[in-house]
Amino acid sequence: MIAKKSISFIVVIVFTIFSNFSFAENKNQPEQTLGNPVDTQEEIDAYIQHHLQDAHDFVLFTNGNTGNHIGFPLPIIIWDEELHFFSSSKFHHGESVAESNGKYYVLFHEKIYRTDAEGTLTLDDHNHPTNVRPLDFSITKSVVGMLLIGTLMLLIFGALARDYKKGPLPTGFSRVLEPLVLYVRDEIARPNIGEKKYRNYMSFLLTVFFFIWFLNLLGLMPFGFNVTGNIAVTVCLALFTMIIYMSSGTKEFWIHILWMPGVPYILRPVLAIIELIGYVLIKPFSLLIRLFANITAGHVVVMSLIALMITLKAAFGPVVSTGMSLFLTLFISIIEILIAFLQAFIFTMLSSLFIGMAVAEHDHH
Amino acid sequence: MYNLIGAGLIVIGGGIGLGQIGGKAMEGIARQPEATNKIQTAMIIIAALLEGLAFGALILGKG
Repeated sequence: MIAKKSISFIVVIVFTIFSNFSFAENKNQPEQTLGNPVDTQEEIDAYIQHHLQDAHDFVLFTNGNTGNHIGFPLPIIIWDEELHFFSSSKFHHGESVAESNGKYYVLFHEKIYRTDAEGTLTLDDHNHPTNVRPLDFSITKSVVGMLLIGTLMLLIFGALARDYKKGPLPTGFSRVLEPLVLYVRDEIARPNIGEKKYRNYMSFLLTVFFFIWFLNLLGLMPFGFNVTGNIAVTVCLALFTMIIYMSSGTKEFWIHILWMPGVPYILRPVLAIIELIGYVLIKPFSLLIRLFANITAGHVVVMSLIALMITLKAAFGPVVSTGMSLFLTLFISIIEILIAFLQAFIFTMLSSLFIGMAVAEHDHH
Repeated sequence: MYNLIGAGLIVIGGGIGLGQIGGKAMEGIARQPEATNKIQTAMIIIAALLEGLAFGALILGKG
């Protein structure tokens, strides 16, 4: 037990230090200020914004002296009257205009706009370009993350399933997964959905639990990136939950929503509206906002604490400020690992609670 | 400006509520240690609902 604890502690320390290093190397030259070290508050803010955003290419390091980015491009797929398919290296990290089938595109704040050969963008009063935006189906960083985690889950859970075909006891890494699967079944699905019906929803709950958990952990890894902190991802996950509980609602569930028994007739339409808004809008909204805001806030806190080594350098000197930042980042990283699990647990728990509400069989009184 | 103040007020309210939930759960666990698991689960669900409210206010207030 002690050995296990110290190993996980060492892993946390190593990860924290590595993420500090990767940050520090990136930190010196973000794209906006090639060649100058980041010193000001604005540059730190810009860096954090850049980290939280989805991107069309991977940048692992940036060499400040030469301005070279080390990383790899991702495919760009856009629909603009016809399908355009090219590599994001054509954009040169947003610095040049990409040409495809006689049309020109430019990358502005990680969004693709149609433009002319010179790459002119007309900006409105709020600094948003007024150029046409084609439909963007590109494989971005977030999509790569989801595909990566999807493949990983397919491999490890496929291995678990194969183990059960051979015999009752799983072997190897599957032994780690079995208690987690049982935990989701016995602590989350069974008490909330009910003994009779929980089996139908296990596949969804297990998938969503491990998907969110692994993506959260991916965000905490060195070179990892923020996927569950992307609101499009969480909207999609919450929509799945909503569609499932709405489509599995029993007759009594719908009667209780639309024509609540036991209250005065005049109140029933009002209650129906409130209940409908609650189930269609507010419950999925709270699900998606909770996950999105928790992960984004966690990333901002970690990045800000790492940035302490720059903001406090003038006041305390490099050694003290770096030491402080290292200590605080280690502390908050451990809490973030807990939050990564907790958010996956909460999402699954509330999903099963809502499903349980929809499939519950009321006693007639 | 005003929406930020409103968001701040809601977050203060959420903080008070979370404190109440945590405190009462601790009391409950101290009185009935054998019910720890049930109390913890219920506590986490209520805390998550409240947290969703506070985060919603924060996001809407910022936007």
